[in-house]
Amino acid sequence: MANFFLDNDDIQFLFHHLDLAELARIQEDDFARKDNGQADYVPEDAADAVDNYRRILEILGEVAAEMLAPNAETIDREGNLLNENGTVTYHPLVQQNLKRLNQADLMGFTLPRKYGGLNCPILVYSMANELISRADCSLTNLFGLQGIADTINAFASEEIKEMALPRFARGEVTGAMVLTEPDAGSDLQAVRLRAYQDENGQWFLDGVKRFITNGCGEILLVLARSEPEVSDGRGLSLFYCERSEKVKVRHLEEKLGIHGSPTCELVFDHAPALLIGQRQRGLITYVMALMNGARVGIAAQSVGVAEAAYRLARTYAHTRQQFGGPIERLPAVAELVTDMKIEVEAGRALLYETSYVCDLENNNLRVLETGLCPDKDEEKQRKQRGRTLKRINGMLTPMSKYYCSEMALRVGNSAIQVLGGSGYMKDYSAERYYRDARITTIYEGTSQLQVVAAVRGVSSGGLDAWCEPHEKRRYDVPLLTELQQQLIDARQRLHEAVQFAKSQAAGYLDLSGRRLVDAAITIVIGHLFLDQASANDRKQCVARRFLARELPKLKMNCEMVLSGDMTPMSEYALLAGPVPAAG
Amino acid sequence: MPYDSIVCVKQVPDTANVTAEAMKEDGTVNRGALPAIFNPEDLNALETALEIKERHGGTVTAVSMGPPKAGEVLRECLYRGADRAILLTDRRAAASDTLATSYILSQAIRTIGRYDFVFCGRQAIDGDTAQVGPQCAEKLGIPQITYLEEVVAIQDRRVQIRRNMGHGWEIVEAALPVLVTVIASANQPRPPSIRRVMRLKKAKVIAELAAEVKDRMPDAAEEKVQAEAQRRAEELKQRGLLIEQWGLDEIHADLARCGMAGSPTKVHRIQAIVLKKEGFVSVPDTEEGIRGLIHELVVDRTLG
Repeated sequence: MANFFLDNDDIQFLFHHLDLAELARIQEDDFARKDNGQADYVPEDAADAVDNYRRILEILGEVAAEMLAPNAETIDREGNLLNENGTVTYHPLVQQNLKRLNQADLMGFTLPRKYGGLNCPILVYSMANELISRADCSLTNLFGLQGIADTINAFASEEIKEMALPRFARGEVTGAMVLTEPDAGSDLQAVRLRAYQDENGQWFLDGVKRFITNGCGEILLVLARSEPEVSDGRGLSLFYCERSEKVKVRHLEEKLGIHGSPTCELVFDHAPALLIGQRQRGLITYVMALMNGARVGIAAQSVGVAEAAYRLARTYAHTRQQFGGPIERLPAVAELVTDMKIEVEAGRALLYETSYVCDLENNNLRVLETGLCPDKDEEKQRKQRGRTLKRINGMLTPMSKYYCSEMALRVGNSAIQVLGGSGYMKDYSAERYYRDARITTIYEGTSQLQVVAAVRGVSSGGLDAWCEPHEKRRYDVPLLTELQQQLIDARQRLHEAVQFAKSQAAGYLDLSGRRLVDAAITIVIGHLFLDQASANDRKQCVARRFLARELPKLKMNCEMVLSGDMTPMSEYALLAGPVPAAG
Repeated sequence: MPYDSIVCVKQVPDTANVTAEAMKEDGTVNRGALPAIFNPEDLNALETALEIKERHGGTVTAVSMGPPKAGEVLRECLYRGADRAILLTDRRAAASDTLATSYILSQAIRTIGRYDFVFCGRQAIDGDTAQVGPQCAEKLGIPQITYLEEVVAIQDRRVQIRRNMGHGWEIVEAALPVLVTVIASANQPRPPSIRRVMRLKKAKVIAELAAEVKDRMPDAAEEKVQAEAQRRAEELKQRGLLIEQWGLDEIHADLARCGMAGSPTKVHRIQAIVLKKEGFVSVPDTEEGIRGLIHELVVDRTLG
């Protein structure tokens, strides 16, 4: 039986290398509390919990390989169906896929057992998302949107939780994050959809939302303007709205890729809704939290589709004969294939690290919020630790989303290149992987917005806080010590570039953002590879090659920043040329 | 209206991954050399039963005859939704052929008592006889329908089933209870439910517990081993995690009809067949050429 978990040496290695037992102890409060769910599937100890994680991924790995992947091509070709009454019918194979995931009982992945969830760490969830995306990138959206259940869990009233979460956990409902509008894309502060109350205090929604992934889902989290007099983000609140005749899908978008994931235009017509948390905190608190989780999800989706593309190219390069041998013997092809593989591993390393840190932060917060701290001292320590984790995460999450999605594009592109003419044809899935991957640098915040978020961490201490323990580590292998020194030097170089960029005119830091963040990502992944290399000989070679390839780019990026060139902004009209005449 | 199903399942060596050690010198299967798997068509049989339970209500009981290790396939049944699992294991049942096996299974089914359906995979990939299901039906004195591809309807204690005969299909009707054998194209078996796995992965039969204890205390006396296994079994039972285990006494089997004594099948001769490529023949792409080829294939009995 094919299995996307068991056939993946890198995931297998990381599953054992990363300290999942420690994570399980944190996630399960050291197995000391019995009230973390009366469910009959509570793990007894760390070994039991890790065994559960492994079994979850083993089952999902087989479902993904045997049941989901074979449907992907047909779903891509045929898509979903918009009905005249404003509802959407999933493609029959999408329905079948969801049924399989339900039979495997994989919904409610990260929800507490109190609501019927599996109480899995985000790290395991990221692994799961990756496996599904390798089978069918578009399906990750339907599976991954259970992330909105986590937002409900974090911020909604107990009443809403009881109403929604068990249904998510039973796989009865899917959800959607309903944020974007025609005039509010990256700039969500401009959201206009109206929220208003009747005399009994019941909330209603009126307006139009656009580009809503799975907008046909049963449970919608809607960002709406509850304070008409406040025109910016502080006038927005988040609402819980169940699908009804008052919410219609007016249009299904025709997209470049992810055809299995319905992208809806939604019309709300006096649709009843419930307020989540407090008024006016919709965008600034809740949506930001929601998006952070979703960004890790997109990073996982990106790694999964990149893995699929890499595997196709690896096989093709090995079997395709030209010039009297397999094309992988040609230097240019060998480099394409090895670059793809190393980049997928680099993305995975960053994704798993980010997920792990998210787990540390979330659990730390959970302990603080539920009053589990035994004494004031620990509470103080945890609060301090929470601030550090938040700062690191504020950098790692956008970094992961940015790096993994851009990586998926590069790898998808290279896969087509390795397959040549065949890659351009629909006979192979390379072109589908590329089309599917293309959205990942756009939704849940474009790469450009991720860079804006990440550069803050790079320029104000997040990177330093993350790097310090890695730079102090001692390695037994001389090669690793040498590479570590190169990374320490690289951070110094980056530090100078950051200082220079900060000293320049306003806007220069943003203009240099991509280069600074690229440099920082090289340093972070470099350290992660060194850590992996300390336990795996092959990874020594991976680390060496990764840095041989990336450190020169880091130097180039820093040099470019130090040039102080502002012309894309200062000479915009001249360089961009005139606006093309209409028609 | 709810229906109660019994599903007969077997743990088999994975004959799709055969190595040179697959067969012992006496021509029997060397089970140690092959990974043990759930007989594929038994999974289709289980799926059929689970779908009936989902649609109409009722229960699914899985029964397996085999060594203690066969507890593995019973857990797989529980993971997928079986309500109850029973292992038939008894040293005196060893070396049973299809006749003895079907006798033992039919006694177990009688012991279970109430049922509407008995489902079996069409055949097991180790013996490929397809005899056990039909023989069970004979012994139970109930109708049998082989090669199920689809349950067309269940109504008023009658069932309509579409059977696939290889060259076509027919829909047949039978009164319940009925024994049905299921083929691979009937359905795609569901994956295990992870919440059930997390709960039931610790479920064991007492024979497995005894083997565990023996592993842990290799020098302990048999009595002590049994006592410890019994203690662990009690503990599991309290938590609803003890898989039932029956021996030949529990099912009131006539020992003369079980094991070696009840198995008239004798292996006459074992033949090792090595398929070799021997050159190739070029067939002209003409009406005559193809006729010639077909004739040749009919003569050597590849066709017809």
